[in-house]
Amino acid sequence: MLRLFFHTQLQLGFAQAAAAALVALLVIILARRRQIHLETETLIAMVRGLVQIIAVGSILVILLRAPRWTSGFLLGGMIVAAGATSARRAKGIPDAFRVSAWSIAFGAGSVIALMTLLGVIDTAITSLVPVGSMLIANAMNTNGLALNRFRSDVLAHVGEIESALALGAEARTSVTPYVQASFEASLIPAIDSLRSLGIVWIPGLMAGILLSGARPVYAAIYQFVVLAMIFAASGLTSLTSSALIGGRIFSPAQQLLLQPGR
Amino acid sequence: MLTKRVRDARRSAAEATSSERSLANTLSIPLIPASVVLRAEHLGRTIHDKILVRDANFEAFKGEVLAITGPSGSGKSSLLRLLNRLDEPTSGTVFVEGIDYRDLEPRELRRKLGMVTQRPYLFPGTVAENLQYGPVQRGDVLVPHAVEELLNQVGLKGYGQRNIANLSGGEAQRVSVARTLANSPLVLLLDEPTSALDEAAKLEVESSIQKVVRDHGLTCVLVTHDPAQASRLAKRALLLESGCIVRDGLVSEVLHA
Repeated sequence: MLRLFFHTQLQLGFAQAAAAALVALLVIILARRRQIHLETETLIAMVRGLVQIIAVGSILVILLRAPRWTSGFLLGGMIVAAGATSARRAKGIPDAFRVSAWSIAFGAGSVIALMTLLGVIDTAITSLVPVGSMLIANAMNTNGLALNRFRSDVLAHVGEIESALALGAEARTSVTPYVQASFEASLIPAIDSLRSLGIVWIPGLMAGILLSGARPVYAAIYQFVVLAMIFAASGLTSLTSSALIGGRIFSPAQQLLLQPGR
Repeated sequence: MLTKRVRDARRSAAEATSSERSLANTLSIPLIPASVVLRAEHLGRTIHDKILVRDANFEAFKGEVLAITGPSGSGKSSLLRLLNRLDEPTSGTVFVEGIDYRDLEPRELRRKLGMVTQRPYLFPGTVAENLQYGPVQRGDVLVPHAVEELLNQVGLKGYGQRNIANLSGGEAQRVSVARTLANSPLVLLLDEPTSALDEAAKLEVESSIQKVVRDHGLTCVLVTHDPAQASRLAKRALLLESGCIVRDGLVSEVLHA
């Protein structure tokens, strides 16, 4: 229907973005009626996401002609931004940005490096940057989920944790159940994506590969490859952040620093 | 008469009243020092400009039950948390058997100063597994006989294999006491251990506490807002107001002054 009113590709794109944003706004209004206030955060995220993707789209035109080594800088920048974004889910946890950035760098970075080395990811900037960004973005989401779950579990179990400390437990031991729970919870989206691949969703990347003239079976297999890489990067990121974060919420004298109202 | 009172006071500094202590001082007769297990010196904690505990100075003697009383928000629990270093003091320190507790490894300190909290916070599993928790942390294991003995002391003989989900509030709190005793502590810190219990359960827990303190010769620091409980369980008491110790002496002196 929008095609009837908008004739240029750019106009049509903005109209489609507005339509999608309206649906998202409807959800916010429905949530508001249930006293769930997501307005500011969602609006900022939508505007920010649109501006960012337009900016990156414009830059990509230039980058497609840039030398291969520039993709390392691009991916590095993405990791830092991803670390900053997911650290916001860990309010009150000391050093959350550093933990997030290192975890994503190790989790997504090592999978990208290994897969590039094996030739699974092409070294061309047009392949490495989009696929790498997918791994980083998913690692960021997993890390955010892990930190958020860990934070809320710790705040809900301060009594249990301090009882364990009072009985002479190591600080890390006292939070082990919550580290494990946050790791498991953070991987639910990645596991469900793998499980439902091809049945519930056919990701956009596959359509792109098909459009570029590849054989459908190869496009399908490569889609599995991407999701398996996403799972590996997300799992490694979550494992790393879980290992790092357990000790950060304690002082050197093994006192729990993350407390309600502090 | 005076000599007799001083002689009586010499029995134990812990049991001496303030008037007996001043009398002994006036006559330059040293009181035989009862063994000091715990000594707080200028202990304080301030966070975000809010004073929780200010310049607390007191001693706890071997085998005595010392009650910390005061109105809600007076800093009783904050003071107790400073004693086993669950919170860091912003001034002063605590000496455990003469050793500055900052020189002790926190885990060792917390094993020596066992704490029972207001709510029992038992770990999922059986009663026996809860009792094993402390010893396992130091690479030790309680033999079944030791588990049964601990449970016997708190009046829960035969409860070892019960799941903690099936315990009443009073039973859970007594398991919490036994779990703390499994670490063989030097001092038992009790933070309002009966405040969440009904009257019958409260008396059961009090009776368990009296028994284990007597049987183990434990030093016990009891936080309570209930003057009657302080009178029943303790000989000495500290009265806290706005984070400061305003009275220190025999329970009868402190509570009825």
